[in-house]
Amino acid sequence: MSMSMESIELDTSPAVVCRGVTKEFGSGDTKTVALRGVDLDVRYGETTLLVGPSGCGKTTLISIIAGLLYPTGGEISVLGHDLVRLRNGKLVNFRAKNIGFVFQQYNLLPALTAAENAAVPLVIAGEYRGRAVGAAKEILAEVGLEPRMNALPTQLSGGQQQRVAIARALIHKPKLLVCDEPTAALDGHSGQTVMQLLKRVAVQPDRAVIIVTHDSRVYRFGDRIVTMSDGLIESVEERAAEHEEAMAG
Amino acid sequence: MNWIALRMLMGDRAKYFGLIFGVSFATLLMTQQVSIFMGILTRTASQVLDVRDAEIWVMDNKVRFIDEAPALPDTDLYRVRGVPGVEWAVRLYKGQVTARLADGNFRAVVLFGLDDSTFVGAPQEMILGSLADLRRPDAVIIDKSGYEYMWPGQPYQLGREFELNDRRAVLVGICKASPPFTTLPILYTRYSSASGFVPRERNMMKFILAHPEAGLTDAEVCRRIEERTGLMALTQREFFWKTINYFLGSTGIPVNFGITIALGFVVGAAITGQTFYLFTIENLKQFGALKAMGVSNARLIGMILLQAVIVGLVGYGIGIGLTAAFFESTSGITHLAGLAMTPLAFGGVGAAVMIIIVITSLLSIRKVLVLEPAVVFRG
Repeated sequence: MSMSMESIELDTSPAVVCRGVTKEFGSGDTKTVALRGVDLDVRYGETTLLVGPSGCGKTTLISIIAGLLYPTGGEISVLGHDLVRLRNGKLVNFRAKNIGFVFQQYNLLPALTAAENAAVPLVIAGEYRGRAVGAAKEILAEVGLEPRMNALPTQLSGGQQQRVAIARALIHKPKLLVCDEPTAALDGHSGQTVMQLLKRVAVQPDRAVIIVTHDSRVYRFGDRIVTMSDGLIESVEERAAEHEEAMAG
Repeated sequence: MNWIALRMLMGDRAKYFGLIFGVSFATLLMTQQVSIFMGILTRTASQVLDVRDAEIWVMDNKVRFIDEAPALPDTDLYRVRGVPGVEWAVRLYKGQVTARLADGNFRAVVLFGLDDSTFVGAPQEMILGSLADLRRPDAVIIDKSGYEYMWPGQPYQLGREFELNDRRAVLVGICKASPPFTTLPILYTRYSSASGFVPRERNMMKFILAHPEAGLTDAEVCRRIEERTGLMALTQREFFWKTINYFLGSTGIPVNFGITIALGFVVGAAITGQTFYLFTIENLKQFGALKAMGVSNARLIGMILLQAVIVGLVGYGIGIGLTAAFFESTSGITHLAGLAMTPLAFGGVGAAVMIIIVITSLLSIRKVLVLEPAVVFRG
């Protein structure tokens, strides 16, 4: 599997379109409003950082964009699909095919080796174990984990585990990559390494990358920085120049 | 996804072995106790089953079980023989007497007095000696376990003499017989000899063994005997269950064993259920991640069921193996003769283990089904 930038025609329509998205939890006295009408476009070929203080609605927003939560109101289109209309099995299949996940706590299966963990999305898609693990070994080599392919997660450092998680998120070539605080559990150096890796292997002309982060040290890796506050988009900052700089490492 | 489910299950050895231990322990406890329970109950009526050459037992109409039959007058034998449909009928004595050995020791024994001319009710398999030797004066045949009770550690030897009711008895044979409930030696002798071995009573005949004419069912002939004689006539199976039901209803045996079996089930279910549930809870993040990555609820249920079935099968197999090893290791112990793992225990406990696994799985499945995949984003 090649992770190199391919020469393909760019899709000019946004990968993600949110219009007036609201989300409420609970009801009555316990009702909490997490999103108050979010309008946001996420474009292909770009890395969008979602930043803001705790409780501002970042996690809720990416959960909705990733098809893990339904919004209470508004419209949400991801990769041209109206997620509100995708129900049950269709939404599950949509996630399996189109979305890659990188979690703050990696969420690797502790009983599986690095290669087997990275192979999981292909197995979910119905690929045979042998072929899936074979493909996983290729992508692990690309993220610099060739010598640790057969190691269990407990035998890997935090940075190595996150690299496995990135390989797992990309192995099935998703159109949308959603990363939740990918550097939060890592030291500064490992965090930078992971971000550089994400920029190098994840960003593709036909893929949108959304990263939720608190870590201001990684802002320079974003093409756009979307700042949220109290359930709303507060500002959107374009950072194309710094992006090029970060790509250079 | 199956291999992922299995790797998740076996990845944490301690938990995996804990689960297997729970099911194995429950299986061992339940299978062993059910088997011993059934073995002991069967012992209560084993002598009914040992009579293979007569289908009908006739007795006083108030008899509740085999060890409590009052004697019938000899005229009842002739009345039964006169019932249409009865091809033949013979007398049978069954009672308990005390045997005094040459060294002064004594043992209570179960004595069977068989019809002198036909030996109906005689043991089916001889280990030493011949059934025909019962025709010799004062001759008795003893069952294997009885011999080992009366002459422990001594080699089988015919010709041994001992006293029954101060009368000389001569051992002419050793046979196989089902062990009785009370683990007493079983002696077989002729009816005429038995009359000398037991204390004098006005009547001695405890049972009449009968055989129906060809073309008639046992039940039909039993009905005719009861109708014409006022005695109770039962098929072998009916008498077997009448005796067992007496012990079930009139002793603490079922309660005692029932409690142990129930405890085995509860403890097994608790250990397995709790461990499996905790196993699922601890893997909830992983299940959530799989759910987020596009694993459907149906596939997650399949994974959990597979894990549960594997735990059930392995645990059940080990438990059954341990039970078999227990009974194998105790098979040479005389007073445990006849206690073995029964097919009913094998199957019944299998069903119980399945129930444990299903309950356990349902708890875990419910937890996974209500799990929001968005939980993976909550650090």
